[in-house]
Amino acid sequence: MKIKQISVFLENRKGRMYDICSMLGAAGVNIRALTIAETETFGVLRMVVDKPAAAMETLRRQNVTANLTDVVAVEVPDTPGGLARVLKILTDHELNVEYMYGFVEKFSENALLVFRFDDPEKAHTVLKSVGVNVVGEHDIEGL
Amino acid sequence: MIWNETIETMSREELKNLQSERLVSLARYVYEHCPLYKKKFDDTGVLPSDIKGIEDITKLPFTNKLDMRDSYPFGLFSRPRTDLVELHVSSGTTGNPTLVGYTRDDIRLWGEVMARALCCAGAERDDTIQIAYGYGLFTGGLGFHYGAMEMGLTIIPTSSGQTKRQLKIMQDFQPRILACTPSYALYMAEEAKEIGLDPRLASWKIGVFGAEPWSESMRGEIEQAWDMLATDIYGLSEIIGPGVSQECQYKDGLHLFSDVFYPEIIDPETGHPVPEGQDGELVITTLTKQGIPLIRYRTRDIVSMTYEPCRCGRTSPRTSKIKGRTDDMIVVRGINVFPSQIEHVLLGIEGTHPHYQIVIDRQAHKLDQVEIMVEVDEAIFSDEIKRMHALEQTIKKEIEAVLSIGVTVRLVEPKTIARSEGKAKRVIDKRQM
Repeated sequence: MKIKQISVFLENRKGRMYDICSMLGAAGVNIRALTIAETETFGVLRMVVDKPAAAMETLRRQNVTANLTDVVAVEVPDTPGGLARVLKILTDHELNVEYMYGFVEKFSENALLVFRFDDPEKAHTVLKSVGVNVVGEHDIEGL
Repeated sequence: MIWNETIETMSREELKNLQSERLVSLARYVYEHCPLYKKKFDDTGVLPSDIKGIEDITKLPFTNKLDMRDSYPFGLFSRPRTDLVELHVSSGTTGNPTLVGYTRDDIRLWGEVMARALCCAGAERDDTIQIAYGYGLFTGGLGFHYGAMEMGLTIIPTSSGQTKRQLKIMQDFQPRILACTPSYALYMAEEAKEIGLDPRLASWKIGVFGAEPWSESMRGEIEQAWDMLATDIYGLSEIIGPGVSQECQYKDGLHLFSDVFYPEIIDPETGHPVPEGQDGELVITTLTKQGIPLIRYRTRDIVSMTYEPCRCGRTSPRTSKIKGRTDDMIVVRGINVFPSQIEHVLLGIEGTHPHYQIVIDRQAHKLDQVEIMVEVDEAIFSDEIKRMHALEQTIKKEIEAVLSIGVTVRLVEPKTIARSEGKAKRVIDKRQM
């Protein structure tokens, strides 16, 4: 089960984050997880929201360059070594992580992390087979 | 010193006779030797026998950049390839570059006009000249070389770049004359100061600067920095390279060697001549060239021209510095840049057609900087930074390969490049010239 991440191209300019967040706020879109990767001149804002379709429509209408990316949201035990155990599984199966970040809120008793894989399909299958809980779109809407 | 006293101080009447004689044989020559010109003449309905004197020149058709590009490589030549002794190539707009070729006599002509130019700038026979224009396919380096050779100067062919070495050579050999682009002269002054050398004590006392537009205020800066006389030289490879016109010590217009390069100033819209002293497009006919003679070549440079005799004694017409262009060409560090070249590259990347803008800037005492801003649309956007970097690098490398100058590429958000009437402004030239 993959979920949709919204990726946004941002120039390194004052107030751009605010602009994006207020556009989404006005459209009633709630941000669940978010991270920014930045370079000297530009950045890429990546986020998981409760209403991806509505978010995309709003951004496109306002001439913001954005696209949808498949990511995998994984439950990770919120205990020492919890993440390491998940990463070991990924390493053992030669799954390459492009980047990852965490959700703002916990999911039940566990932390929730977003992974961007080269091959999200394979990652999903592997994680399922070893009993790691992969969270779906529905679960996120309920958060 | 005047290099060719007979020609350069000739009365206007005598000069006219010489130009007339030369134009009559030129018209016959290209009609007989260049099929493309024969066709152009026929299409215009003019025969070589209709040309009886220089005033008949307006009966002849124009030649423009497109004619050169479309006839690439040898279509505009009036001589077979075996008669050519040298070829020079400059980057084209899109597709074909511009090729020019010289016969042995053409190279002699180049040496002659460049010797006139160097003398005009103030060179004496026992001088040493440092030629810091690029040697190679660019006509700058070799053009100066032939002129200095003709004059018998001592030549130091440093070519461009390697600034510390240029300065060391200047200190060791004490050349009085420096030839390079004006922006490089300013750049070297800064470098000199950085290594603890006082530029005002340098041996260079005369500068022959060209290959890019520059202003009176830049002249002031260069003269101040180096304590030298900074003169302007003009030329273009289609006509010969450097050596079409040159300022004398009075710096009151560029003396155009009109016995061999006949100038007209026309209204670029109508093609009709403008009254003396008014701005218009410079059109040149090469009266004596053999390899690739050009009839009424449209330079696209806007200048004004006067036939008033100069205090220096030369009777040649003088043009102003270049005041503008009739097309969108920009000159950066001596290289011609057309926005269409950049468009072509972007179109080739992922088949997209993003909006872009070229920003040219010249910070004080630095070389011109070119920044290409490219709007990122969904077609080229990726959530992975490494892909965005790769895109940036691809654009940079491909543009650099086409233009042969370094550029920086900046990815920007959509609609951030200003559009006027729906059309984006392609070039922002911030240089103070």
